[in-house]
Amino acid sequence: MTITTARAGEPPPARRPIDDAPSRVDKVFRRVTTGGGITVLVLLVVIGFFLTLQSAPALRYAGFGFFSTVEFNTTADSPVFGVLGMLTGTITVALIAVFIAVPISVLAALFITDYAGTRLRGLLTGLVDLLAAIPSLLYGLWGFSFLAPQVEPVTAWLSRNFSWIPLFATKENATLTQSMFVAGLVVSLMVLPITTSIIREVFAQTPPGEKEAALALGGTRWGMVRSVVLPFGRGGIVGGAMLGLGRALGETIAVSLLLPQLPSIVTHVLESGGATISGFIAHNAGISGLGLNAMMAAGLVLFLFTLATNFSASIIISRSRSGAGVDA
Amino acid sequence: MATLLDKPVAPARRVPKAKRRTAVSTPEDRLVTLGCAASASLLTWFVLHLLLDSPGWLADLVVAYAIFLGMLYLVFRDRLGKLAAMDRLVTTIVFTGALGLLLPLLFLLVYIVVKGAPHLRLDFFVEDQSAVSPVDPSTEGGGLHAIIGTLEQTAMALLFVVPLGLLTAIFLNETRSRLRKPVRVFVDAMSGLPSIVAGLFVYAALIIPGAVRGSSFFNYSGFMACIALTVVMLPTVTRTVDVVLRLVPDGLREASLALGASRARTVWSVVLPTARTGVTTAIILGIARVVGETAPLLFTAAGSTLLNLNPFAGQQEALPLFVYRYVQTSVEAQRERGYVGALVLIIIIFVLFAVARIVGRNRTARKPRRTRTRESS
Repeated sequence: MTITTARAGEPPPARRPIDDAPSRVDKVFRRVTTGGGITVLVLLVVIGFFLTLQSAPALRYAGFGFFSTVEFNTTADSPVFGVLGMLTGTITVALIAVFIAVPISVLAALFITDYAGTRLRGLLTGLVDLLAAIPSLLYGLWGFSFLAPQVEPVTAWLSRNFSWIPLFATKENATLTQSMFVAGLVVSLMVLPITTSIIREVFAQTPPGEKEAALALGGTRWGMVRSVVLPFGRGGIVGGAMLGLGRALGETIAVSLLLPQLPSIVTHVLESGGATISGFIAHNAGISGLGLNAMMAAGLVLFLFTLATNFSASIIISRSRSGAGVDA
Repeated sequence: MATLLDKPVAPARRVPKAKRRTAVSTPEDRLVTLGCAASASLLTWFVLHLLLDSPGWLADLVVAYAIFLGMLYLVFRDRLGKLAAMDRLVTTIVFTGALGLLLPLLFLLVYIVVKGAPHLRLDFFVEDQSAVSPVDPSTEGGGLHAIIGTLEQTAMALLFVVPLGLLTAIFLNETRSRLRKPVRVFVDAMSGLPSIVAGLFVYAALIIPGAVRGSSFFNYSGFMACIALTVVMLPTVTRTVDVVLRLVPDGLREASLALGASRARTVWSVVLPTARTGVTTAIILGIARVVGETAPLLFTAAGSTLLNLNPFAGQQEALPLFVYRYVQTSVEAQRERGYVGALVLIIIIFVLFAVARIVGRNRTARKPRRTRTRESS
């Protein structure tokens, strides 16, 4: 680290050989950071390993029937249990949540990127962060003590007048409060921040030149959005929806407060009933014996399922971003 | 593209003088919008409450909104033509979408404040539930044990998360290892990990084997909760720090390396100080997200009604567990306790958020000052 300045009259200093091999400090630095990075990989593998280890007894007992059995009864003399009822419930709630959340997210993202002024834009971006920090517990609390009773008359009216649509059908005199629909509604609020921020990011990368061109040609703002922003952001919308689906699959506490957690295949989503994997596990914390192993197995299924969803989501998002740098 | 380019020549010839309005909104437009809103709500009230039997305010809202949109479209089509009407309609819908983001939050906040505030006493911060029976009024006892538990668990989780998260983010940004891509993908995947899985993992990996051996350390305790929280928090902090480090200009790094500094030196004396405020914000936001996590605590801290200062032995309460347990009971006073806990929780989250915003704002405020000192020296 010595810097020699050439004085007048002296010959220039001999050319210094440059050593481009990493120094010892660099080697240590590299090793330490690599270690830190690999911890995450290791952690994920270890999680999978221990869940598999603890679920082995249950899987050995139930065999392949674990994936085709609806009910979950581990306390009977001859336990019968499976993940199918919970898995369908999980997927139903997640799909309802995503179907409600994605249109709102697209609109909100559009508002933030293309309609709001600079000040409002910063404010709303902060608000989305804040929404992400509101815990699932509080949404669940609010959902089951405030929203569910408010939504009930609407769903009752829907099922009275539109029961010919299979989606809205219910049994006679069924209770409507602890339904998959309400759970999906509340989970959709929790999915909103993640989908909105992903979609907003992609929308914000729309080449400004094309937007300005659309406006300069005399298009209205809607014309600009429809012909430039939405086609450009399609990949982001799909990716955001997938990522939201991943979050919705794992939502725990709110769903455990909102659903009765009785595993069954629910065909009437407006009706009380159903369970999701994560909600069921939270609801039955403290169980022991074979039931615990069976819950570990259910947790393993959830783990693999969300991992798969998230992987495909991040692949879709990174693909949609790879073309983002092209500004005509 | 039909909206962009109307048939190029024909309309210009037919209406030569009227300028096409594309985006501007005049005071008159606003009045018309207000008028539409008023008449739509009146019509809804008339139809749903006087002629029919309304199924509740939510239905009123939906019907009124639909009527409002229809009216708006028709009125604007009459005044300004199809194109402007469509634009106006979409603008209104987009605006509603943004409201859809804001309204649930407002409802939630108001609801929890209304439910919790009347029962919040200062005692809540100094007493636990040891001398309280379930039928006592909710102003008896408090949540000190829960607050202490949350503080200890989160603080200990930070001890793991900050170094590990920083290292991983530095690894992703400042090295050129071939493993960067898989690590980034895995961090992304892990940030979507259901939080209950983190709890199950600690239970499966540490507590079950601990119980078999009769260990008191590997049993329900605050420390186990801290490990589960670490698993939840690590990917979020890593991702946000990663984004912050990416914002550090490459010129700074190159300048430092060109002066002969090692990569470690560059990270330590150039990259991290530049990103300091951003990193702080990221960590505070990480805390705010993890403070309300309930699911990982269910299988690890397991809750308690007594004050337990020692996080390494014995069950420990946490604020989310406190709320979760009490709101599910059927005793009114207990539920009120739950709401008080929820209120305190949300206050903590808001304070953390405000701190993060203030720290984040300092960064932009300090920037011009720094350049000025450089110029004067």
